[in-house]
Amino acid sequence: MWSYEKRLEFPVNIKEPNAMLAQAIISQYGGPDGEMGASMRYLSQRYSIPYREVAGLLTDIGTEELAHLEMVATIVHQLTRNLSMEEIEKSGFANYYVDHTVGVWPQAASGFPFTAAQFQVTGDPITDLMEDMAAEQKARTTYDNILRLIKEPDVCEPIKFLRMREVVHFQRFGEALRIVQDRLDSRNFYAFNPAFDTGECGD
Amino acid sequence: MRERELLLKDIGMADFVLTELALFLDTHPQDRRALEYFNHYNRIKIQMEKEFSQKYFPLNLRLTDCGKEWSWGAAPLPWEGECA
Repeated sequence: MWSYEKRLEFPVNIKEPNAMLAQAIISQYGGPDGEMGASMRYLSQRYSIPYREVAGLLTDIGTEELAHLEMVATIVHQLTRNLSMEEIEKSGFANYYVDHTVGVWPQAASGFPFTAAQFQVTGDPITDLMEDMAAEQKARTTYDNILRLIKEPDVCEPIKFLRMREVVHFQRFGEALRIVQDRLDSRNFYAFNPAFDTGECGD
Repeated sequence: MRERELLLKDIGMADFVLTELALFLDTHPQDRRALEYFNHYNRIKIQMEKEFSQKYFPLNLRLTDCGKEWSWGAAPLPWEGECA
């Protein structure tokens, strides 16, 4: 279960609305490498991990991703708060506005809605952890792309924090992968699913 | 920055240290220095959270001590920010 804390993991206090930036940053809410996919990926993958410490890490990182999801939503919310109709029309925000006004809906920057098809749960710890490491790098790349679009320090700082967390999570997933590898049969390294196959390769 | 924001910032920093240490300890469960840091910052955070909740508003349900009104419901929401 979870309990809620009425504060953000890192403060977000944005002074000026900017609909153009909001449209880019919303990709980290519901886009292909966003925080919604990240949290759901790890929190779903953990059930089929046969090693308690690795399943525990997926729980803890998945939980932190929920805090990141809230930070990204807060950035989008504060960037679209108090927008004038003129700004909505000028910034290209009208397409989003017509469906959601200035509510926060999980979509990619392209407008593509959030979908679980953007991540996998294979039920194989090696496969899933490899995906998790790639996911952290993809999210880091997305934050790098976002940072090139931002000039305002009050938007930049929380995005830089989120980017840094991708780097740390990548490191931890790498260690988790090593923990799983240490328990594999050296004759069958990578050749079977340690959560499902118990016998020799191919059994 | 007001005293309330300063205390909330300190709680956030202490809690971030704990988040970081928890992930590190998940893959390094025997690291003595990390274990000591964890206990140290956990004590500090719990103390600051209690102080904050008594002075301003409860940060979670566990710290909600109701008098005549539902203080949890009246607490500001994290996405409001300080510039609202």
